[in-house]
Amino acid sequence: MQQFADGLMEPGGPLAGISTPLGYVLVVALFAFLILNFIMLVAGVTSWVERRVWARIQSRIGPNRVGPQGVLQWLADGIKNIMKEDIVPEQADRFLFKAAPYLTMMGFFGAFACIPFADGVIAADLNVGVLYITAVTALVVVGILMAGWSSNNKWALLGGIRSAAQIISYEIPAGLAVITVVLFTGTLSMQGIVEAQGAAPWKWFLFANPFLFVAFFVFFTAALAEGNRTPFDLPEAESELVAGAFTEYSGLRSLLFFLVEWGNLYVIGAVATALFLGGWRVPAVTDNPVLLGVLQFLVFFGKSYFLVFIAMWVRGTLPRVRVDQLMSLCWKYLVPISFVNMLGAMVFFVLFPEGSPVVRFGMVAFGAALLVYFLSRVVFHIRRARPEFHLSPFA
Amino acid sequence: MIYAVLFYLVAAFTVACAAGVALSRNVVYSAFALMGALFGTAGMFAFLGADFVATVQVLVYVGGILVLTLFAIMLTHQISEVRVSNRSVAAVPAAVLIAAVAGVLLLAILRAPWKTIDPTAPQATTYAIGELFLGRFLLPFELASIVLLTALVGAIVLSRKELRG
Repeated sequence: MQQFADGLMEPGGPLAGISTPLGYVLVVALFAFLILNFIMLVAGVTSWVERRVWARIQSRIGPNRVGPQGVLQWLADGIKNIMKEDIVPEQADRFLFKAAPYLTMMGFFGAFACIPFADGVIAADLNVGVLYITAVTALVVVGILMAGWSSNNKWALLGGIRSAAQIISYEIPAGLAVITVVLFTGTLSMQGIVEAQGAAPWKWFLFANPFLFVAFFVFFTAALAEGNRTPFDLPEAESELVAGAFTEYSGLRSLLFFLVEWGNLYVIGAVATALFLGGWRVPAVTDNPVLLGVLQFLVFFGKSYFLVFIAMWVRGTLPRVRVDQLMSLCWKYLVPISFVNMLGAMVFFVLFPEGSPVVRFGMVAFGAALLVYFLSRVVFHIRRARPEFHLSPFA
Repeated sequence: MIYAVLFYLVAAFTVACAAGVALSRNVVYSAFALMGALFGTAGMFAFLGADFVATVQVLVYVGGILVLTLFAIMLTHQISEVRVSNRSVAAVPAAVLIAAVAGVLLLAILRAPWKTIDPTAPQATTYAIGELFLGRFLLPFELASIVLLTALVGAIVLSRKELRG
């Protein structure tokens, strides 16, 4: 970003003659504006995609009235929420109640500063990028706790406390999985991690060795739990807690919380893509830097959105776990697994500091076999179970 | 110029939040003010070019310690009542203590041989910190681990009924 800003302020550039700090401030504001719009679009469209995908999974139709196939549903929802009355409960703590959505939004928005969309397209390629993303998303928890407490509502408080317990617990396996990746790259910078991988699937960290393969699944599970996604959405379990920490919120403030939830889904996908699935790496198919950048962005977006789709699929398929199951899954399974996995990765790193082609291709073969088996099961179930699709969702 | 303005803004924010922690009558407000103070401290580290320490400050203190503190506070009964919340007692001994601490701090500030660094070129510090932890400062690092391990064992002994003698 700094090179970009310096380029704009060179003699002859569009910002020539402006003082350096002011130029930087302008460029930062421009980046923030672009990223904020990107987030809004992604989160909004994701809300529509998610509702349609669940509907398909549950043999329903889903929103299909606003615009072709209902694609504009999210706009209608947004306008409706903006026009709704902003209710603050009488007994609530007014200041904290109003501040909580902004805090949550800040924590979520801050994570985007370090997401590598393409070669050189990152708001700030911090030297401590991964660590920064883990740290700044902690604000989301504080915001949820603040919302839960200030609402002065039993359900909201319970939801807030559940959320905090859950996020604190699942941060450990997620962090250990990230450390496993950092071990092999030797850098915490997001671009550095992406550049350490290649464009082809056998050059991704996912297939580099068995330990990174396990780390990917541990990371994805823990990230889903940190993002309060079903099957781990206990903080807002509708059947028990109304809407958890967000119970008392209405209008735009409630919308902000949901925006963070859907946007966080994309952050999970993007971070997992950058860490394990090769990020924006594409083969050098063209000399045009702009075209290559667009291609890289599309590849990155496609991979991360595929992970978002998997999360929707999981949400549509699995029932919610109980609180004790949630905690035992984390502390009795994921934490020991990730510790053993990290130790194994260290041993592997000492034995093969440059990686081992045999292990790598073995892992690719294993992954391909797993995929083929999975697909064959899906086909088998569709043939045997003969599900009757009473509705045609795309009609 | 703009650097100095930013620095004083962050410093003022940190001090204001710290004052909020000490002076607020409601312990929940104190905890949220503590978050501001911790963020301000992270900002101070960032101004010193210590990117790693700044991030870890947020990760450990805001993401871990503050959330656990809030968690404990919110599970406490009737926390919003002022009588049980943040009572101020013993004003005279506290004033003496504050004066003593302020004196020592002032002395330290005035006597310290301040090193000035070039603020425009912050270097990546992660590698150097790693090298020092596993090289020159290995013993203190391991000692800190032992302290943490002892604390963990102690917590388990205290919380498990069947282990209590």
